[in-house]
Amino acid sequence: MATVATPVPAPDVAGRPTDLRPDRGRSRYSTARTLRYVALLAGIVVVLVPVYVLFVTSFKGTGDASPTRAWNLPQVWTMQNWQDAWTALSPALWRTFEVVIPASIISAVLGSMNGFVLSRWGFRGANTVFAIILFGMFIPYQAVMIPLLQIFLDAGIPNGVPSLILLHIIYGIPITTLIFRNYYQTIPHELVEAARVDGAGMLRTYAWVILPISVPSFVVVLIWQFTNAWNDFLFAVFFSNNQNGPITLALNNLANGAMLQNYGVSMAGALFASLPTLLVYILLGKYFVGGLMSGSVKG
Amino acid sequence: MTQRIRRLGPPLLLLAPSLVLVGVFVYGLIGANFAKSVTDDHSAATANGVEPTSVVWFQNYTTLLKSEEFQHSLINLVLFTVVFLLGTLVIGFVWAWLLDKPIRGEGFFRSVYLFPMAVSFIASGVVWRWLLNSTQGEGASGLNRLFQMVGLDFLQNNWWNNVTFGILAITIPAIWQLSGYVMALFLAGFRGIPDELREAGRMDGASEWQVYRHVLFPQLTPIMLSALIIIGHMSLKSFDLIMSISKPANYQTKVPAVDMYLAKSSFDYANAAAIGTILLVIVALVIVPYLVKTNRQEK
Repeated sequence: MATVATPVPAPDVAGRPTDLRPDRGRSRYSTARTLRYVALLAGIVVVLVPVYVLFVTSFKGTGDASPTRAWNLPQVWTMQNWQDAWTALSPALWRTFEVVIPASIISAVLGSMNGFVLSRWGFRGANTVFAIILFGMFIPYQAVMIPLLQIFLDAGIPNGVPSLILLHIIYGIPITTLIFRNYYQTIPHELVEAARVDGAGMLRTYAWVILPISVPSFVVVLIWQFTNAWNDFLFAVFFSNNQNGPITLALNNLANGAMLQNYGVSMAGALFASLPTLLVYILLGKYFVGGLMSGSVKG
Repeated sequence: MTQRIRRLGPPLLLLAPSLVLVGVFVYGLIGANFAKSVTDDHSAATANGVEPTSVVWFQNYTTLLKSEEFQHSLINLVLFTVVFLLGTLVIGFVWAWLLDKPIRGEGFFRSVYLFPMAVSFIASGVVWRWLLNSTQGEGASGLNRLFQMVGLDFLQNNWWNNVTFGILAITIPAIWQLSGYVMALFLAGFRGIPDELREAGRMDGASEWQVYRHVLFPQLTPIMLSALIIIGHMSLKSFDLIMSISKPANYQTKVPAVDMYLAKSSFDYANAAAIGTILLVIVALVIVPYLVKTNRQEK
């Protein structure tokens, strides 16, 4: 960047500063720009190194096992690892969909109702109620895990898919409430007031005025919850096992369970396990980023 | 009275399911967990109710905090958090700064930097386990092999197998995964600064660097605080990445969340609960002032 102190440019007729040093200015500008590109590309290389390793190793056969060939392309490209990983992981892959889809939808609906009430159907203490709910987003789940296991056991909720759906709904409420509340706060008060004046009650206002304009934030919340639940490992490890658990658990068992490390299979497995969230990210990146932002910048 | 009900009834009706769930599963269970942590429920026999348990008050806490093992976990947690925060903040900030001014391919850079966020720690752990392989010399693979190939042999090291600083090796994948997120936060911050402010700075004759240094950077303080809180509380809860890169029983990379898992696995529910509470206190010390502050600002 331009760190050198520069002389003050003379203002032009309109009073705007103009760059009156065409040659020097332009070359400095392009040097700075080149440096920027170099730095940015270096970042890209670093970020993509693990991707290269994952991809290349997942196509390697036993002939490439030697550490001297660790960073080389496969001598023979084989699909064997992908087939093995698919056999090992596909049941868990479908189970993860069974967990993640209902959990995201239900927690999104709850979050939307909360967000509406807390931001646009104001009542005294709404901010305090919001803070009380929001705190649930930050707690380390280790601090509730032992009694949580006991409650689920006592209530007879089976381990695996049913437990995980419930857990992702319950502990998803704070973040979904946050995202919807922040979104609804940008809706003009007049919209809600107009419905009130027309005699619409709260539920009707919510259903007819708020819900129809909530589509974008529903997309954001659904993506956020989908990604979070898909990538969850903590609840999975406490509430499921290899036979009934999600993909993260199955992948971790595949990669760390066996005595003999087969990196080719586990890396193909890691790619499998990441495909759904990566596809969402690639196809709906804008909304993904939207979730990140609303989940953070404002408390 | 009926008016009060008509006014407060519907909002409460919409909020009720979430309030009950959060009330029970966040606050209720935090209490239940604490109650468990002050008992001597240390074995399968007591956990299953075969043997009775009694209240030992803070004995579990004092024993834990005095034990060298748990102190090691706490030190690891501090080391991990400091480096993780520094790494993501510096890299995220630099990337955002490099992308602030219009540049061709900005969307590409942003997308690549941010994509690791969409991947689970378990999946990225598979490849980082390979990259951070501690073997050196002839049998080396991963980063150690890469260092040999580019003639930087002296950089080879045993990564997470180092007893004192092994935990810092785990910060590399953590930083890899979350720098893009911090970049997105800062970039949103840069873009949120009105153009007039930059113009005003330039009008006053400030160089590009001075505009950044004195006008733009100070505007980003709230963003930095958000990033600190978000990465900080993630870091304090770190579990997945350590579980997937090193073995849970691995002394070098232990943190409280891993201890809690180990305690639970050996039916030491009282200590598992105590560790959970300790983690909660640490996180709350960071989060509560932040929530109170943002709540106050909004009023």
